[in-house]
Amino acid sequence: MSNSFRLSLSVNGEPIDALVDPAKTLLEVLREDLQLTGTKHGCELGECGACAVLVDGQPVLSCLALAVECGGRSVTTIEGIAAGDELHPLQDAMADLGGSQCGYCSPGIIVTAKALLDREPNPTREQIKEALSGNLCRCTGYLQIVEAVESAVQKLQTKVAAGLQPRATK
Amino acid sequence: MAGVIGRPRRRVDGRAKVTGQTKFADDIALPRMVYCRLLRSPHPHARIVRIDTSKADAFPGVLLTLTGSTFPIPYGVLPVSHDEHALCQDKVRHVGDPVAAVIARTESIADQAAKLIEVEYELLRTFGTPEESLLNPEPRIHEYGDDGNIHKAVAMQFGDVDAAIAKADHIFEDTFFFEGSTHLPLEQHATVALKDPDGKLVVYSSTQTPHYLHRALAKTLAMTAAHIRVIATPNGGGFGGKSDPFNHEIVVAKAAMMLDRPVKITLSREEVFYCHRGRHPVQMKFRAGVTKDGKITGLDLETLLDGGAYGSYGVASTFYTGALQTVTYEIPTYRFRGCRVFTNKPACGPKRGHGTPQARFGQEVQLDKIAETLKLDPAEMRLNIVAPPNSLTANFMKIGTIGLAECIRKVVARSDWKNKFRKLPYGRGVGIACSSYLSGAGLPINWNDLPHSGVQLKLDRSGGVTAFCGATEIGQGSDDVLAACVAEILGLETFDIRVVTGDTDLTPVDLGSYSSRVTLMMGNAAIQAAERARDLLAEAVAEKLSVPKEQLVFADGRVSHAEGAEKSCSFQEAVVFAEAKFGTIGTTGSYTPPKPPARYKGGGVGPTPTYSYSAAIVEVEVDPETGWLTVPNVWIGHDIGRALNPTLVRGQVEGGVYMGLGEALMEESAFRRLPAKLSNALVHKFPSILEYKSLTSLDMPNIFTDLIEDPDPAGPFGAKEVGQGPLLPIMPAVANAVYDAVGVRVDEIPVTPEKILKALTAKAAGKPARYGPDSFPSIPWPETLMVTPPWEGGDGRAANDPKRKKRVADAGTEVKAGITIAREAK
Repeated sequence: MSNSFRLSLSVNGEPIDALVDPAKTLLEVLREDLQLTGTKHGCELGECGACAVLVDGQPVLSCLALAVECGGRSVTTIEGIAAGDELHPLQDAMADLGGSQCGYCSPGIIVTAKALLDREPNPTREQIKEALSGNLCRCTGYLQIVEAVESAVQKLQTKVAAGLQPRATK
Repeated sequence: MAGVIGRPRRRVDGRAKVTGQTKFADDIALPRMVYCRLLRSPHPHARIVRIDTSKADAFPGVLLTLTGSTFPIPYGVLPVSHDEHALCQDKVRHVGDPVAAVIARTESIADQAAKLIEVEYELLRTFGTPEESLLNPEPRIHEYGDDGNIHKAVAMQFGDVDAAIAKADHIFEDTFFFEGSTHLPLEQHATVALKDPDGKLVVYSSTQTPHYLHRALAKTLAMTAAHIRVIATPNGGGFGGKSDPFNHEIVVAKAAMMLDRPVKITLSREEVFYCHRGRHPVQMKFRAGVTKDGKITGLDLETLLDGGAYGSYGVASTFYTGALQTVTYEIPTYRFRGCRVFTNKPACGPKRGHGTPQARFGQEVQLDKIAETLKLDPAEMRLNIVAPPNSLTANFMKIGTIGLAECIRKVVARSDWKNKFRKLPYGRGVGIACSSYLSGAGLPINWNDLPHSGVQLKLDRSGGVTAFCGATEIGQGSDDVLAACVAEILGLETFDIRVVTGDTDLTPVDLGSYSSRVTLMMGNAAIQAAERARDLLAEAVAEKLSVPKEQLVFADGRVSHAEGAEKSCSFQEAVVFAEAKFGTIGTTGSYTPPKPPARYKGGGVGPTPTYSYSAAIVEVEVDPETGWLTVPNVWIGHDIGRALNPTLVRGQVEGGVYMGLGEALMEESAFRRLPAKLSNALVHKFPSILEYKSLTSLDMPNIFTDLIEDPDPAGPFGAKEVGQGPLLPIMPAVANAVYDAVGVRVDEIPVTPEKILKALTAKAAGKPARYGPDSFPSIPWPETLMVTPPWEGGDGRAANDPKRKKRVADAGTEVKAGITIAREAK
């Protein structure tokens, strides 16, 4: 590639050096160049939230971000949410409580919810709904998702109360 | 620990979904893979005069271009509607119809090259509404169908409905319209095809129906079916939108065989809108005779479906608009006439509820009007006319268990209905509606005597159990149901069962994830296979432990003597004993629904092993100044028979309520005509997720769900369907609640603020307090099939069945020709 661009960033805690097409979105680089296909696409116009990832801890629609804008940044995808072999409480709760049906929206929902909990460890139901209002789900009707987030909040707080710091996500 | 059935559990594929490891079709990337894009028609109806692909062929990076000449063989999901080609032949029938394909090194090259293909069109007159198509038999959109641009028109009558209506205390005549809507699965359709190392075809696709895709590929590519392997990848939502074999699937399969390279296509969101197969827009006229205490004496229903440009499931959709009215309420005489017309818009097909939500809306709103006129409580009135259990309806649908009355009582009690209905302050209201749905179609699409679902089990000395079934995981949890049914019988946990599904090479046929059939049909097949395996294990264990095999219990991963735990072995040991005694352990199970009693033409649509039932109460708030409508609460009761995994069942109920609210309030597959200077084309008004409005987490009401569990003998462990039924009562309950809130009728879906405001304005001006269609088009109905209801001694056949007449005529001809085939005697 004559016009490829050298991109250095951190993805799920690992340093990445890649030559990428500068026209590619972050979503395309994650899925096509780095084979991190956990991040999904539903519209590629920023309408559905399926492609949400965290960039420096903030939820970002990766279909609207050019990869070249992310040089030097720290990107977290669904593949980086679990701490080693331990699923994040959000993941456990989503799986246990019906928050994930077809599962196509789940990666975007989980990373978006994680950003909320990092910012606001004890959100109200309205805050959870507000935070997830940009992530469309066609299966669940959202209630089991909201309940899963609430359950994860409980679990995280029990851990904090027990003096266990939740393991930092890379 | 108790068995797995009935316990709220993490689904077997839950971990994969929340870690992003579920492999959807577009997640597949293979070495040497190339990419396909389709060139689609910008015109709604045109003859293809010339296609020149030479510039695309010469574009660097292009490997192959294809046009209709490579795909002369037609296909379609129903045997009576093989009216599609992978790429259009001589004409296009809607904007988005594919005319050519480009396969290139990258998607972007394929996109650029597709734009270089020159297509010369001769524009034809286009029809955008069913009325236009009815009035104009020429030019025909298709060269087949009942007449002109009428695809299908059917008429059937059960008993003397005219007399029954004429002598009723009251006659109600109402017209309704239900706008089309689309599935909007979050995953866009994607397919990867390749030639395997042996030279056979492999197709990975986001399809709900790998079996039908398999058939379509064998036919259109003229290949031996056994040399084609279709693998349904987990669908990122289906809702009916991935139930047809699609153009793009056939094109990439052919391209992969020609290039001997993996070929991928992923549709853009706009293409998904144009593939459609969504809810038919339906106009309806209900004429009902009613006694003064609210009993129905007869119902006369006419429906007109805007089918779009292809047949798809449309013939079935047409029958479905009239099939299920009788299975909720007692309707002693009934006439149904339905008509589907072709128009130059994307084809409609099956969306969650398939053909039944539209007429369900009309029926439930009309019942509300009847109750209002008769001064009856609409919940009480419905309770008085609930169809009886274990009965045959006027149109020979066989009802088994029916939990509808219990559903109504639950939602009435929990919502505090009696203190709310007609008692809330102006601007707030409640409405009730009910419904029923199939637990799988009683007859297959391709009529034959083969099982509808098959399950194979493989057990080996590791103690491992693998369950194989052609069923397709579309998010509803069918993999979990398969594992649960097997685990329950064998006394294991679902985690102990490996499931292999939706793979035509490895798994026995299951007809697919549509018509709410999988839990019942696959579940029954799985139980049979598991019971056969359990019998083998029990026989071997009984011999080893010297106990009667009938006294062995399979639970908690062990096989134990019921009388004393000291005589027991682990499940793994049991398999070892059985493998030593019998050799390799494998069992099968099959399920075929019972033969339905309806024998008239069209009676094949509607029968099922058991119907599910739902009742819903919706509360609304309407701002009378603006018409703005919000829904704070929904109460729903669903007759599930038995909830195999209550977590998933609740998810289906709430998901159905959500999708129903979307249709009730905002979702519309509406079309508009471009100005003449821009080709006059009929284009989708909202071909993006931003403009096609659907509910977000902020829009969702509280949902109070009650599951009514009265196990049905036809279902696996008593289970009925839940995937579609709970959607159906939501739309009419919203419309009925709006009437309770502000006293106006919106007899049209969606119920938007604009329509409410128009009805309020009409009311203020002294006009009828209503928004909706005033008339129903005149349709040239065919001769009505006359079927005598069961209680008048009918045998399920039509007295004037044209097939019966034809059969007699054929028999006569054959006798004359001296051929002695005893057809009638068969």
